Amino acid sequence: MELKKINENIWEIPRQGSMRVPARIYISSKLLESVKRDMTLQQAKNVACLKGIQKASYVMPDAHQGYGFPIGGVAAFDLDEGIISPGGVGYDINCGVRVIKTNFFAEEIKSNIKSLLDEIFKEVPAGVGKGRAAHLSYSVLEEVCAKGAEWAVENGYGTKDDLEKTEEYGRMRDADPGCLTHRAKERGLPQLGTLGAGNHFLEIQKVSEIYDERTAKAFGIQGKGQILVMIHCGSRGLGHQVASDYIRMMENKFGIKDLPDRELINAQIRSELGQKYYKAMCAAVNFAFANRQMIAHYVREVFKKVMGTNEGMEQVYDVCHNVAKFETHEINGQKRKVCVHRKGATRSFGPGREEIPEVYRSVGQPVIIPGSMGTASYILAGTDRAEELSFGSTAHGAGRLMSRHEALRRFRGEQIKKDLESQGIELKSTSWKGVAEEASQAYKNVDEVVRISHEVGLGKLVVKVVPLGVMKG
Amino acid sequence: MEKYRFLQHTADAKFQAFGFTLEEAFMNAALAVCSLMWDIDKIQKRVNQDVFTMGKDTKQLLVNFLEEILYLFDAKGFILASVKDLKIEQAEGNYRLSACFQGDYFSEKYKVYGGIKAITYNEMKIEKNNQFLVQVVVDV
Repeated sequence: MELKKINENIWEIPRQGSMRVPARIYISSKLLESVKRDMTLQQAKNVACLKGIQKASYVMPDAHQGYGFPIGGVAAFDLDEGIISPGGVGYDINCGVRVIKTNFFAEEIKSNIKSLLDEIFKEVPAGVGKGRAAHLSYSVLEEVCAKGAEWAVENGYGTKDDLEKTEEYGRMRDADPGCLTHRAKERGLPQLGTLGAGNHFLEIQKVSEIYDERTAKAFGIQGKGQILVMIHCGSRGLGHQVASDYIRMMENKFGIKDLPDRELINAQIRSELGQKYYKAMCAAVNFAFANRQMIAHYVREVFKKVMGTNEGMEQVYDVCHNVAKFETHEINGQKRKVCVHRKGATRSFGPGREEIPEVYRSVGQPVIIPGSMGTASYILAGTDRAEELSFGSTAHGAGRLMSRHEALRRFRGEQIKKDLESQGIELKSTSWKGVAEEASQAYKNVDEVVRISHEVGLGKLVVKVVPLGVMKG
Repeated sequence: MEKYRFLQHTADAKFQAFGFTLEEAFMNAALAVCSLMWDIDKIQKRVNQDVFTMGKDTKQLLVNFLEEILYLFDAKGFILASVKDLKIEQAEGNYRLSACFQGDYFSEKYKVYGGIKAITYNEMKIEKNNQFLVQVVVDV
């Protein structure tokens, strides 16, 4: 495969065959080696062949092989000619990350980390098969899917300020719960307010590095040692079912001929099925916003109980990294509305964009990039440059390097817990197997991922955090 | 005969399942999926759950069939221990599958150690040589 080096961290696969646009990869030579070993680049080429694609098929620094689109894939489509694809969003619709700041500093809280984790573990069901005791009715579930985090706030989980500091203000207004299948609702019903398993986690972190004082201050970060809470989860079974349902419906309606990959199945944005998928996807996005909103509320309650107060536990931001949205971008000198797919990629809007809350409008949106278990995570700021380079997008995490199977063969959950403890990190999980699968050695180095993002200009480094307590599903 | 085998995959779980018939390969694929979440040998066979599903082709049939396991677990708390009477028929341009799932409802006595988000088409294979082989990547 022809791969042209544009500069240190930018590579291009020129247009060839049925590609409508080139593919652009933002990655270092070092990380490129691991990306070359799986199907990432071929998948990026496949995306470049889709109808109505604009400018290029983009690949973020943490990319790895996905389904249809690579994970870490970004593509925007023309509204008339273009398509919308469940494979361009992913199975875990609105998988995302929320960060809440506290007024505590590491010294004051160190001895309480274990009890905080124990209590959070009781309040936030995690792992597989763990639902909340009180089940919702279908009519409430539909309201959740229509209103997202707004529903949660109206029902006492959090504040209006949380909504202000959530991507889409916690609610995609085009959601239509009527476009969800009964199965999707059945799977979602027992799972609202739960963390789930796999790579999802909740961490108590401390700020370890500040790269940009002014922006950090705007984000509510006062100094080194400040305690933050990070929540990483998504739309649970409901979102997974939406993806599977619409892949099937699109296959049955349009057939699979000429598709290089079945998960590239798509519908024209303007078509009835395209619109239905979009509205169902928005409903799943809202479910995930409500989910993180509720979990954040439980965390605040635990802090109040254990620490005596939860004052100052304001939200920094909440980002979704698996989503398709209609946004205005400049293409060939013209501002146009396009459908941007971000699959394992975070929106990174720079200063001035009206989509970001007023309090952040002068510095750019917070871009939250979680690391892997036990490693650092980062908060970046969105940039104008990202809008030129990647439809305002950057990486979403560390990105896997090694299969779960291989990780299980190499690592033991018990040993990982011991190692983390020796670094002063508490770990609580429902499954040793889950811990071994998520070993940080199975991931790319998140430091390298954010460095590339910063150097290319996709997102500007603001704050580095390290974990003190980790809760895994 | 080996029932299934896991292979290398960057992010997720990839396996091959085998059978002398397509039905047997499908059954073994179901066991491979379960093995990522719980130990089927430890699940009591107390509940029977009939399963019917359709597909435009055998790959879609396989996705729909394996997805039943995820759906029954998330929505009903049903944990699969074994698959009985699996039949695949072809009629009017569709493949139809019927089977009986045996297992139990989730309770504290069972340990579920992993979750699966979805069954995918990625690198999917359904082949017939001396025996049937199906290959599946699941999103975990």
